[in-house]
Formats: sequence, structure tokens, C-alpha cells
Amino acid sequence: MSAQAPSSDKERTTSSEPLDSSLVRDSKRYGDTLFSGISTGSALMIFVILAAVATFLTTQAIPAVTREPGPTGLTAVETAGGFWQWVLPLAFGTVWASVLAMLMAVPLAIGIALFLSHYAPKRVAKTFGYIVDLLAAVPSVVFGLWGVTVLAPALDPFYRWLNDNLSWIYFFNAWVPYGDGGDLRPNLAAGGQNMLTAAMVLALMVIPIITALTREVFLQTPRLHEEASLALGATRWEMIRQAVLPFGTSGIISSSMLGLGRALGETMAVAMILPGKVLISFKLLTFDNPNTIAAYIAQNFPEAEGDGNHQLIAAGLVLFVITLVVNMVARAIIHSRREFSGAN
Amino acid sequence: MAKRIEIKDLDIFYGKFQAVKGVDMTIEPRAVTAFIGSSGCGKSTVLRSLNRMHEVIDGAYVDGEVLLDGTNLYGPNVDPVRVRRQIGMVFQRPNPFPTMSIKENVLAGVRLNNARMSGSEMDELAEKSLRGANLWEEVKDRLDRPGSGLSGGQQQRLCIARAIAISPDVILMDEPCSALDPISTLAIEDLIKDLKEDYTVVIVTHNMQQAARVSDSTAFFNLKAQGQPGELIEYGSTEKIFHNPDQKATEDYITGRFG
Repeated sequence: MSAQAPSSDKERTTSSEPLDSSLVRDSKRYGDTLFSGISTGSALMIFVILAAVATFLTTQAIPAVTREPGPTGLTAVETAGGFWQWVLPLAFGTVWASVLAMLMAVPLAIGIALFLSHYAPKRVAKTFGYIVDLLAAVPSVVFGLWGVTVLAPALDPFYRWLNDNLSWIYFFNAWVPYGDGGDLRPNLAAGGQNMLTAAMVLALMVIPIITALTREVFLQTPRLHEEASLALGATRWEMIRQAVLPFGTSGIISSSMLGLGRALGETMAVAMILPGKVLISFKLLTFDNPNTIAAYIAQNFPEAEGDGNHQLIAAGLVLFVITLVVNMVARAIIHSRREFSGAN
Repeated sequence: MAKRIEIKDLDIFYGKFQAVKGVDMTIEPRAVTAFIGSSGCGKSTVLRSLNRMHEVIDGAYVDGEVLLDGTNLYGPNVDPVRVRRQIGMVFQRPNPFPTMSIKENVLAGVRLNNARMSGSEMDELAEKSLRGANLWEEVKDRLDRPGSGLSGGQQQRLCIARAIAISPDVILMDEPCSALDPISTLAIEDLIKDLKEDYTVVIVTHNMQQAARVSDSTAFFNLKAQGQPGELIEYGSTEKIFHNPDQKATEDYITGRFG
């Protein structure tokens, strides 16, 4: 703003200069009004829906947390000894399954995305990209069916081998005491239906999401930055590390969070593959696996009534909070890096 | 330091399209050589072929020889990555890495070369390179701030600092001032004059006053006709090219009678 500019609108309108009628503000811009109304309304709608969901969850969940459940409550809650003792293992199972899935999915998805954006010939990349997108369109029930009938049995011998040979790694140890002689017997999940299989299927389900989004981000890396790196004598991999990955970091984080969101809330695939229980265990191959909140609700809602309903809805609220926290953390990470993001 | 470049019968292609034809020239060390000519005449293409950046584009290739102190850069066992580590490049638009701080930007090339350096050596090299690019005084208090927060002219000098930090033999500049204001341009031109003390400098420019101000030799490129490959029309001392060119086309271009 220059120093001579009028300091306010008022000053301008009260000047005594004659007003050219063709410059008078037109008050009847119907299209403008209509469009701004629609877009503002749509934005408000999000708030209303979110508020409605939150209100429903909270009001329905309160009875489960605040008062002693009646005879209609879930027996599992009674067995666990209270609502929190019951929901905590479920929350653990949810997070554990998702974390395992992300550990497998994120590196693989980034690898695929880099292959598609920087290594594959254009034609291959295009076909391959379609296939990845197609994978995202497969319904989760189908993934679940495939996991139970194909993947789990196929991996079962491998799990036995892991338990026999690598049981010194805590996660692969499925041996339990047997009899009084201090003997051990393997307590492997039947037919390979364990936590690892569930996590693998979850990983397969989120890979297309993360791949598709990160590929787009990688493709948008400014050519200038790639050339800057190459001109300094970077190999292709060094160029990717120096120019492509830093540029794509926030994209990787946000697409991973979207994938994590799907993994956390995924119901059918887990419900079909994992015969889950209310317990906390980091072991991947055993018969006793923690369940996830979404799968637990799906498995138990049909028979629940009264207080049982409240308890399941309260578990749903816990899932809602977990997802919310995950998204907020992701935003905070992206925000804290904005100065170096190249957006300025 | 500062090596001589000999270009021998260089043809440059983008797929089936021939962009440049039959360039022969010798670029002297410790001097500034300017490439001038109208848009699309192939001068940037020739420049990019000198550090094998041309072939980064899909389907682009080169036929001919570019000798760096006698070694053919297009020889069968030559690694383009190694070539680029010896021949630095500054681009038309400043392109510091946005995710890196000023200091990290300067040291980006050194890091790639796997040089094991102590923290104090790194600091020294960063300071030396920034001083070499006339930027040290302006940024010494904010070396850890993002490079993208600098002005355009400062960013371009940061890129020059990044290029000289790996002690190249040659520095190529592709219209380094075309995105800068006159004051920043002046700063870069002064810097170019300093750089030729230690390096072979080749600069592509659209600005003929700039070529006249900074260069010792000038090469004029032109197209025979639209759609034809670009060719080297005349090459000689800047003095001669600007005051007494042999070719009519050069004179027309210099005096502005040519688009």
C-alpha cells in the first residue's frame, strides 16, 4: 500500500468527485449470491453432520461409561471387569493391527509410487497405475474372503516355520507351557488366521490409496529441483532422496494418514480373518489374538440390546477419538514443516 | 581447476528432431564465454550437452565429441554422474532445495560426493562458498533458515555457491539473470567476473549488453531457417563479435535488425 492511497472506503465514497454511472456497484448479482450460498451451505453441512455424529455417539455412549450396566450389558464387559478394562484391549488391537499394516504398506507403497513416477517407462507406468487403482476398488469383503480362503492357508506352513525357527523373536513366539513337566506346545492360530495375516490384508487394502496419492505428489516434483540435484552429480536414487522425497514428505504423511484411517476403521476383512478376543498381546502367530473395535462391533451388534448397545457405541466413540487424534497429529506434523515445504 | 573444453562436430537431437548441427568450438579456461542468439537457436541445448544434462530429457541424445582437457565426455566408459560433478550448472530460475536450509543447500553437492567431513570443515566450506558467491555477509546470521526465504537474486547466488562448493572445473550458466531485477543482475555479473579467476565460465544470455559486459569470447548461434537445426554462426572475441563481426547475420542480430 502506498502512502497516498485513501485509508478507507469511507474516504473514497465521501469525496466530492462526480460518479460515473457505469462504475456504480451492481447489487443484483444473482449467480454470485446463489453460488456463494450453495458453497457456504455445503461447508456448513459438514459441521452439522459431524456434530450430529458426535452428539449421537456421546449421548449413546455416556450410559455405558457412567453407570453400572444392567442385565442387558455384554458379558464380555462383565468378564473384563468394567467398561475400560474391556475397551482398552480392543483399542490396542485396533491400533496394533493398523500399525503393523502401515509398517508393511507405507514402504511398499512409496516404492511402487517411485517406480511408477520415476523408474518405469511411461507406458508401463500407465498400465501399472490402472492396476493399482483397480486394487483400490476391490470391496473389503472380497479382501476378507480372499484372506481367509487363500492367503491364510497359504501362509500357514510359513508361520509354522517361523515359530519353529525364529521363536527367539518375541513376536513370532507361539509356544505355551503344556502339562506340568515344563513342556511346551505350539499354540498357533488355526489355518493361519492370525494377527499377521489380518495386518497383511489390511496393508494390501491401504497400499493402493497411499500409492495413488504419493505417485501424484512425486510427479509434481518441480523439474527445476530434480535438475538442480542431477546437475550437482546426483545419481537417480540420490536425486530422489534430495529432491523428490523431501518435496513429497507432507504428501506421504497425509496419504499415510488416510490409509491409516481406513485401516483403523476397516471392519469386514478383520472380522472375517481374525477370531479376535478381548486381550492385549504383541504376539503375531498365536491362537489368542486381540480384536479390533470395528470388527468387534460388527460381530456383536446383531445380538446386542439395551446396555450392550450403549457399550458398543461407546467403543465406537473410542475409535472415533483415535482416528481424530491420528489426523490431528498428522496435521501438526505437516504444519510444523511448512516453512521448509517450498510452499512459500 | 579451470579446464579447456573442445567441442567437435556436435549434433544434438530430441528424438527424431535435430536441434543443433555441426558445432565446433574451443572454450578457453579462466575466461567467460557467452552464447547468444534468438530463442530456439539451440544455445541452451549446447550448454546442457556440455555436462550431459541434455540427455536427462526422454529421447534426447548427442552425436559428436566434447573434450574436457582432452577427455571425451561422451566416451564409452564415461559416467554422466561423474561429469556433472566436475561441471557445475546454474539454471535460469533460482532453484535452491526448498526443504533445506541455506547451509544445507550449499553443502548439498558435497554430501552427494560422499566426502567425509568434520563439522568445522563443513562450516568452513559453506563460508568459503558463500563468500565466493558474494552472499556470506547477507546470510551469515541465518544459515539455518530455509533457502527459499531469500530474495530471487540471493537465491541465485545461493545456487552459485552450491555449484562452486564442489569445486568444479567448469561452471555453466543458463540465462542466470533472466528472472532477476537489475540490481541482482549487477551482483551476479560482478560475481561472474570474479569466478573466471578460478573457473571456466560459460553463460547463455538473451541480454546482449550482458554478454558484452561480462564475456571474453562470444558465440552467436542461429537457425538457417525455421524448423532447421541451430548452428554456430560465428565465434570470436567479444570485442570482435560486437564491433566487427564477419557474418552479416551476426551483425544484424547485434544491431537489433533481427528478431
